[in-house]
Amino acid sequence: MTVRKAVKDSRLWNVKIGFALILFALCLIVSQLHGYSQSDSGFSFFNRSDSDDGFLEFLFETLILANYNTRLVVLSTTLLGVSSGLVGSFLLLRKQSLMGDALSHATLPGIVLSFWFLVALGKDGKSLLPLLIGAGLSGMLGVVLVLLIRKTTKLKDDAAMGIILSVFFGLGVSLIGMVQSLPEASAAGLESFIFGKTASMVVGDFWMISFICVVSILVSVTCIKELTLLCFDESFASATGFHVMWLDLLLLLLVGAITIVGLQAVGLILIIAFLITPPAAARFWTNDLQQMLTISAVLGGVSGWIGSSISALLPKLPAGAVIVLVAASVFIFSMLFGKTGGIFYRWQRHRRLSIKVSRQHILRAVFEILEKNLEEGKSILRNLPVSLSELQQHRSWSRKELHRQLKSASRHGYVEFPEEGVVCLSEDGFGEAARVTRNHRLWELYLIRYADVAPSHVDRGADFVEHVLGPEIVRKLEDELRQLEIQLSVPPSPHVISGASQKNLKTQDEL
Amino acid sequence: MITEIFSEWGALDNWIVIAGILSALCCAIPGCFLLLRGMSMMGDAISHAVLPGLAIAFFISGERASLSMFIGAAIVGILTALFTQWVSRFGNVDRGAAMGIVFTTLFAIGLLMIVKAADHVDLDPGCVLYGAIELTPLDTLEIAGGLEIPRAVFVLSLMLLMNIIGLLLFYKELKISSFDPGLATSMGIPANTIHFGLMTVVALTTVACFEIVGSIIVIAMLIVPAASAFLLTTRLLPMIIISCVFAALSSILGHIGAVSIPRMIGFDSTITSGMMAVASGVLFLVVWIYVILVRSLKNKAIRQVHS
Repeated sequence: MTVRKAVKDSRLWNVKIGFALILFALCLIVSQLHGYSQSDSGFSFFNRSDSDDGFLEFLFETLILANYNTRLVVLSTTLLGVSSGLVGSFLLLRKQSLMGDALSHATLPGIVLSFWFLVALGKDGKSLLPLLIGAGLSGMLGVVLVLLIRKTTKLKDDAAMGIILSVFFGLGVSLIGMVQSLPEASAAGLESFIFGKTASMVVGDFWMISFICVVSILVSVTCIKELTLLCFDESFASATGFHVMWLDLLLLLLVGAITIVGLQAVGLILIIAFLITPPAAARFWTNDLQQMLTISAVLGGVSGWIGSSISALLPKLPAGAVIVLVAASVFIFSMLFGKTGGIFYRWQRHRRLSIKVSRQHILRAVFEILEKNLEEGKSILRNLPVSLSELQQHRSWSRKELHRQLKSASRHGYVEFPEEGVVCLSEDGFGEAARVTRNHRLWELYLIRYADVAPSHVDRGADFVEHVLGPEIVRKLEDELRQLEIQLSVPPSPHVISGASQKNLKTQDEL
Repeated sequence: MITEIFSEWGALDNWIVIAGILSALCCAIPGCFLLLRGMSMMGDAISHAVLPGLAIAFFISGERASLSMFIGAAIVGILTALFTQWVSRFGNVDRGAAMGIVFTTLFAIGLLMIVKAADHVDLDPGCVLYGAIELTPLDTLEIAGGLEIPRAVFVLSLMLLMNIIGLLLFYKELKISSFDPGLATSMGIPANTIHFGLMTVVALTTVACFEIVGSIIVIAMLIVPAASAFLLTTRLLPMIIISCVFAALSSILGHIGAVSIPRMIGFDSTITSGMMAVASGVLFLVVWIYVILVRSLKNKAIRQVHS
C-alpha cells in the first residue's frame, strides 16, 4: 500500500491542473460556438465565400475560429489532435504505436455485420450510431485477441497486431462481398462511408467527437500514474497490485474510442498518424513523461488546428492528408532540432566533446614538452615557448590538424604565438594544462594501482576517461592516492612519454 | 453440397487457386524473416505507402499500363523501407512508430497528388491500388507451344522463382543476421546490406502481388502463415516449409470457402481474397488452440508427476 501511495503522491497535480485549464478553455469556446451552430445542420467544408477579404485575413479568421464555415472542423480536429497526442504517448512508450492501425482495420466486419443486421430488421442500413457501435464491438474484439495472442503465445506485438489486422479486414471485405447482393439496400460505399468523410462534417459529428475526446482526456489524466506504471515497469505494476491486463484494456479502450470517432469523421490515415506522429515528435524534446504528454498533446492540437485551417483555405485539399503532412513536418523538425534527442543537438554535443578532448590533448602535450625540457636540477616548471615541430612530433599530429587545434586553443585564450614557428601557453593555458595533465596522471596512477593496467598501456586507456572526470571523482582519486604519499602538484608520468628522455624512466623506477 | 461445388469447379477456379497459391508462397517466404525481425507490419505499411509512386508513374507515363505503375510502386516501396530504417536509427524511434509515421506521410502525399490531378485525369486511389484475384484468369498470355496461361500466373511464378533463388543463395546470411545481427557483423556478414536486400525483396513481392491479386492477400500471407509456423517449431527451415504449406492450404480453403460459404447462408458468392485471409486466420486459430492445449496437457502431466 505504501508504494501505491508513494506513486500517488508524486507531482502529477500540475499536469492535471494544466489539462483542466485546457479543457475549461475549450468548453468556453464550445459554449460560444453553440449559439451559432444551432441553426445549421450541415455545411460543405470547402465552401469558401468569395468575398474581397485577403487571403491572410481569411487565414487569420480561420485560425481564431471567427470564420463560421470552418469553425467546427478546425475545433474538432484540434480536439482530436490533443486527445490522441495524449493517448498515443502511452501507446508509443508501450511500443504499440501501430495498434491504431490494427484497430481501425478490425472495425470493418463489425460495420458490415451491423449493416446486415439493420437491413434484416428492415431499418435504414446506414444510420450512423448502430454502425459505430458495431465498429466499436469488433474493434475491441480484435484488441482483446491481440492481447490474448501476446499473453498466451511467444508471438510479439507486431505479429499479433498484423494477424488481427489482416484477418479481420479480410473478413470484413468478404462480408461486404456477400451483402452487396442484398436487394433491400445498397451496400456500396459502406467502407468509404465509414472510413472518412473528411470533406463534410455536421454538428452532430462535432458533439460526438468533442464528447469522446474530452472523456478520453479526462480518463487518461486521472489514470496518469497507472498508465505510467504500465508503460515503464509492467512487473512493478503487477507487483503493487494493478492488473496489467485491465490497464492494457483501459488504454486500448481509449485508443479504440478515439480511433472510431476519428475514423468516421476524418479518415483512417489521419487517425493512425495522429496516434503516432505527435508523441514521437514530443519524445525528441524531453525525457520527462509529464512534459512529453503535454508537448505531445500540444503538437497534436497544433497540427490539427493549422492543418485543417490550411485545407479550408486552399480548394480541393483533403483535410486529413494536409493534417498528416503538417504533423510529419513537425516530426521532421523535432527529429532534427529537438532539445534532448534531436539529431542536430546530439551532433553538436558530440562535436563539442571532441573539440574539448583535442584541446586538452594539445595542452597536455605542451606541458609534457616543457617537463622534458626542464633543466637538470631545477624543480620549478617555467612557461617557455615550445617549437611547433617538436609539438608535432610529440603526438604525431598532422600539420593541418595541429594548426586547427592550436587555432581553437588560441580562441579560448590558452595559447599565444610570440613568434613564427613557436607556441607559448598563456597564463590561463598554463594553469589549465597543469590541471589536465594532473587529471591524466591521477587517473593513470589509479588505473595502474587498482585496475592492474600495465604502465605501458595506461596512456591510451586514460585518454578515454580523463576528459569527463568530475571534480568529485578527482577529489576521491586524490584521497586514494594520498595514502600512497604521492606529491599532488603534478605527479610525474608513470610511464615513458613517447619521445621523452631517460629522466622519466627514472621517476617510474622510483615509484 | 460438396459435390455441387466440385461439379461447378472449372478451369477458372483452377487458375484462381493457382494464382492464390503462388502469391501466398511468394509472401510466406520473406514473411518468416519479417516475423523474426519484428517487422511484420511492413506489408501493410508498403501497401499504403506506394500511392505516391503510383501517382508519379501515372503522371510521367500518362497511362495505366502495369509496368510503369509497378516500377513506380516498387521504388517507393523500397524508399519506405529505407525511410523507416533512417527514422528508427537516426531518431531512436521505435520501429513500429517509425513505420507508422513514414507510411501515413507517404500516403498523404500520394492522396494530395491524386486529388490535385483528379480534375483532368482518371485516377482514383481505389482503382489503382487493388488488383482482384477473380479477374486473373481473364488476362491471358501465350507461352511457347501455344499454351495460354494467365499473365498473373506467369508473373507470380517468376517472382516466386526469384524469392526461392534468393533464399537458397543467402540462407545462411539471412538466418544468422535475423537471429543475431551482432554475430553476423563479427563474422563478416554485412547485416545491414542483408537487411536492406530483404526489404527490397519484400517491397518487390508486395507490390507485384497486390497489383495482381489484391493487397489483403499480401498483408495476410506475409504475417499469418509465418506466425502459425512460428508457434509450431523453433527451427528456421521447418518454419519456412510449414509456413509455405499453411499459405498454400489457406489459398485453396479460401477459394472453396468463397464459393461455398455464402451459399449456405443465402448469398451468391463473395470476394476470394478476403476469404483467403480468413482461411489463414482460421488455420492460425487451430494452431493457437492446439499449442495451448498441448501446453496445458504438459503442465497437467508435470503436476501429476509432482503430486
